[in-house]
Amino acid sequence: MMSSEANAVSSQIQDAVSQAPVAAPKTKSMSIIVTKGSLDWAYPPFILATTAAAMGLPVTMFFTFYGLPLLFKKLELQVTAAGNTAMKMPMMGGHMALPNIMTAIPGVDAACSVMMKNLIKKKGVASIEELRELAVEAEVRMIACQMTLDLFEYSTDDMIDGVEIGGAATYIECATQSDINLFI
Amino acid sequence: MADHTLDAKGLNCPLPILKARKALKEVPAGGVLEILATDPGSVADFEAFCRQTGNELMEHTVNDSVYRFLIKHTAA
Repeated sequence: MMSSEANAVSSQIQDAVSQAPVAAPKTKSMSIIVTKGSLDWAYPPFILATTAAAMGLPVTMFFTFYGLPLLFKKLELQVTAAGNTAMKMPMMGGHMALPNIMTAIPGVDAACSVMMKNLIKKKGVASIEELRELAVEAEVRMIACQMTLDLFEYSTDDMIDGVEIGGAATYIECATQSDINLFI
Repeated sequence: MADHTLDAKGLNCPLPILKARKALKEVPAGGVLEILATDPGSVADFEAFCRQTGNELMEHTVNDSVYRFLIKHTAA
């Protein structure tokens, strides 16, 4: 049981601590494994990479499997409606979901992609091309997975400049040095 | 008053932050950047941005759905 005097001192200390200026945080760093390459799934990694870079964090993006084509010079991104059961689009004042069986109909992905791109434009959301350019400008380190290049017969010749090539060990080394490691 | 104004109206997350970062580089140390935005999420985001980067969020006000931020370029 603390005396009332001790209590008063303790609360003074607490006040002093809460009013003390917060020390400048040490530089943190972030890495992201990018595994998905559809129009919608391309957003989270590029939004987080550019924002972290803007907040002063060194950022590394490791592109593997279906995320790898996000490094191609020319992007032709599409929404894939199949399996995206929670995907609803604002329509006629409400929200409409697409029954899974309809997602197999040819042209449905293309139509969904057109709708999504229109929404993106209308709502002032950046395009993936724009975010990627900002990421390059902010010196975000981009690593292409060598195994995926082999597996899907891709070439870095078709990719944007400055892409490094690496494998799992390259990523793990980077991850051990990063404060935030994301898998998207 | 502000040394530089960034009009980020109509832009959505994370563009106001990204453009503010770029604009801040044009503002001399101790200078003030004014940002106009319509994204309601930018309020929490500019607070976090300033805490993390060490720049000073001098004030933010809202008028007619337009958010106005004054950021003092205090970070290195």
